Amino acid sequence: MENRFLITLEGLGALLAELKGMGRTLIGPVVRDGAIVYDEITGLRDLPAGWGDVQEAGRYRLEKRDDGALFAYNSSPMAWKRFLHPPALTLWKARRRDDGFRIESEAQAPPLHAFIGVRACDLRAIAIQDRVLMEDRFRDPHYAARRRDVFILAAQCAQAGNTCFCASMDSGPRATQGFDLALTELLHPEHRFLLEVGSEAGGRLLSRVPHQVAGEADWAAALQATENARAQMGRHVDTRNIKTLLYGNAEHPRWEETAQRCLACANCTMVCPTCFCTAIEDHTDLEGSEARRVRHWDSCFTSQFSHIHGGVVRAGIASRYRQWLTHKLASWQDQFGTLGCVGCGRCISWCPEGIDITEELAVIRAQDQNGAGEDA
Amino acid sequence: MEDLKRIVTEHPFFEGMEEEHLALVAGCARNMRFRGGEFLFREGEAANTFYCLRAGEVALEIHSPHKGAIRIARRGAGDVVGWSWIVAPYRWFCDARALGEVRALGFDAVCLRGKWEADKAFGYEMYRRFVPLMLANLQATRMQMLDVYGRQ
Amino acid sequence: MDASDPLCPRPAPVRAVHHETADVFTLILDVSAIPGGAAFAPGQFMMLYVFGVGEAPISISGDARDSRTLAHTIRAVGGVTRALRNLRPGDVLGVRGPYGSAWPVAAARGRDVVIVAGGIGLAPLRPVIYHLLRRREDYGHINICCGARSPGDILYTGELQRWREEGDMQVMVTVDHGDPGWRGQVGVVTELLDRVRCDPANTLAFTCGPEIMMRFTVRKLRELGIAGEAIHVSMERNMHCAVGFCGHCQFGPLFVCKDGPVFPWPRIAPFFGIREL
Repeated sequence: MENRFLITLEGLGALLAELKGMGRTLIGPVVRDGAIVYDEITGLRDLPAGWGDVQEAGRYRLEKRDDGALFAYNSSPMAWKRFLHPPALTLWKARRRDDGFRIESEAQAPPLHAFIGVRACDLRAIAIQDRVLMEDRFRDPHYAARRRDVFILAAQCAQAGNTCFCASMDSGPRATQGFDLALTELLHPEHRFLLEVGSEAGGRLLSRVPHQVAGEADWAAALQATENARAQMGRHVDTRNIKTLLYGNAEHPRWEETAQRCLACANCTMVCPTCFCTAIEDHTDLEGSEARRVRHWDSCFTSQFSHIHGGVVRAGIASRYRQWLTHKLASWQDQFGTLGCVGCGRCISWCPEGIDITEELAVIRAQDQNGAGEDA
Repeated sequence: MEDLKRIVTEHPFFEGMEEEHLALVAGCARNMRFRGGEFLFREGEAANTFYCLRAGEVALEIHSPHKGAIRIARRGAGDVVGWSWIVAPYRWFCDARALGEVRALGFDAVCLRGKWEADKAFGYEMYRRFVPLMLANLQATRMQMLDVYGRQ
Repeated sequence: MDASDPLCPRPAPVRAVHHETADVFTLILDVSAIPGGAAFAPGQFMMLYVFGVGEAPISISGDARDSRTLAHTIRAVGGVTRALRNLRPGDVLGVRGPYGSAWPVAAARGRDVVIVAGGIGLAPLRPVIYHLLRRREDYGHINICCGARSPGDILYTGELQRWREEGDMQVMVTVDHGDPGWRGQVGVVTELLDRVRCDPANTLAFTCGPEIMMRFTVRKLRELGIAGEAIHVSMERNMHCAVGFCGHCQFGPLFVCKDGPVFPWPRIAPFFGIREL
């Protein structure tokens, strides 16, 4: 029953050192280029102590805090998919031979990763990509190899950004599954971490560092932190009947209006933690004796994404924006049984035009063309 | 005469037409036969006859000096051939050539036009039967124009 | 080669190349070296890989009873398909598949069948015709309606003739543009549907061709009294992976690669008329 524990700041350092000692590459938050991004860390000292961020539609700014909080930032422009579903990946190589050619898969054991500081919304996003790339009719061996043994140390949110809306999407702010360990950072009266154990591997790791059982007051403080995050959430989406709402409004004039602002830059799809689309490219060496197949992230906002011989299906930006948003919130449900949006707010913060998915949905609902989104 | 009226009645174009109107139609009709290769009409000639095909097939063609006769449509038993007789100046737009033995009902266009001028209800009945055919042909022509199988 | 990797092609030599029209050709591939051959169902497609050039989804146009060879009828319109045209017997290409849904041929037993093909759309329907011919007596009237751009673009002319003469099938062909030698029908394929022989209440219809053509074909089939559930449509969308990973082939909630390419009409009807979907 006891799965709530307390560790100190030093304890967290020891925990990271243990993970590293097990041969894992630690990937965690670091300050770089004016943002908090995920990269390899050596330990506690690389974490963004005392850094927070301010986010708004089309805006992201780091801000120094007056405490030493390690996990007091909001959604990073980087999503964890970078490490599970890399932006560019060689799928296989082919070598020319006398009798044709031989193909060798590049699906191989990737580095053993530990993700440090995964948010509730991003845990949901990982589960969503698992469903797409591992749990459908076909299994992507490249994704599966990276996903299989990853260790996840989640970080519960004690605050929320202005573009956050995970509470609306029921994916946060409190993470309840999908992690090996989940920490809640408590700053008062002293800097410490409440740890929840989510797996046997998490329990085993915890047993190797100094810890104590958390008291009721510590647990209450952790829950209060989550409630603070919920109260701070800057955005909201009404998801009632959202599938029928969007299917029923494919010809809504709002798509065209938004297309006047949308640059089709694909930023939203690059920062989105669930967007999984890819394109395939073939490369050959100069001699033409070796060919490589490379898969890289693609976006439904690019003009060639829907190319079929004779032209492109989604010629206008309005249809591409509609595809993206309708896929996230409507057709994803038909395809994979869940929403494709986790409410992380990255697409809002990182849109150069500040197009806000929550605002778009609110407008479409307010001007519902056929009563499609009303209660049945 | 009664025999001709029965043949007219049996043609799909006149299906369901009132007796009174059938009598008017039959009064302008005659039986016609064409041998293979024979022209029902030629482009530019006066459009004096309206044909309802009973057997055999007819090609509608436009002749071009470089390409020869280009077939633009083919009509068979149950189809009608010729609309130019409805609209002034009553000149055929293309050639109609029998592909093998053809049997048809031929209607004197002057006779028909005279009757529907005198009897507007009859005229309406005839137009009501022509308009859907024209629409279907116009839509089919637009589809052809789309060149849906087009080469790159 | 990793057999468990759905993204890795397997080598298959070209056994023969047939030229069908000016820009359409048929590749016969030897897949006997692949364990299990390439057992497929009519309507499915393969990913064909040309060394160093790339991969393209191509429907299977041969006889499903023959699992040692694969036939693909291809129009040279893009980089990969043009490279496929340059292949000669003995050359090796890569194959993955078969993928996708199939025409419900088993459901045709005891019923009339209407097949409506436009242009290269006849290729994925040819396996259906082979299937029906094998036990002709199991089916009622069989109608094959083909539309092509011009007489020179008609596929499988010899076979069409044979099916007409020996297959107890009503085979009708029409072209958009006739030429001086053309003695057949001129006009769109939907006009042929006025002459199909079938009991609409007991008919199965299969159509493949350009999307506009299929839209009007379905409309006409419905006018004839054929129920939506009895109409099956094969869709085309951009495809990179064929296994549901790349996202390109989405059509509303459907992935053309794994949910299609063959869909019962009611499944795609809500999305078919939406522009730029």
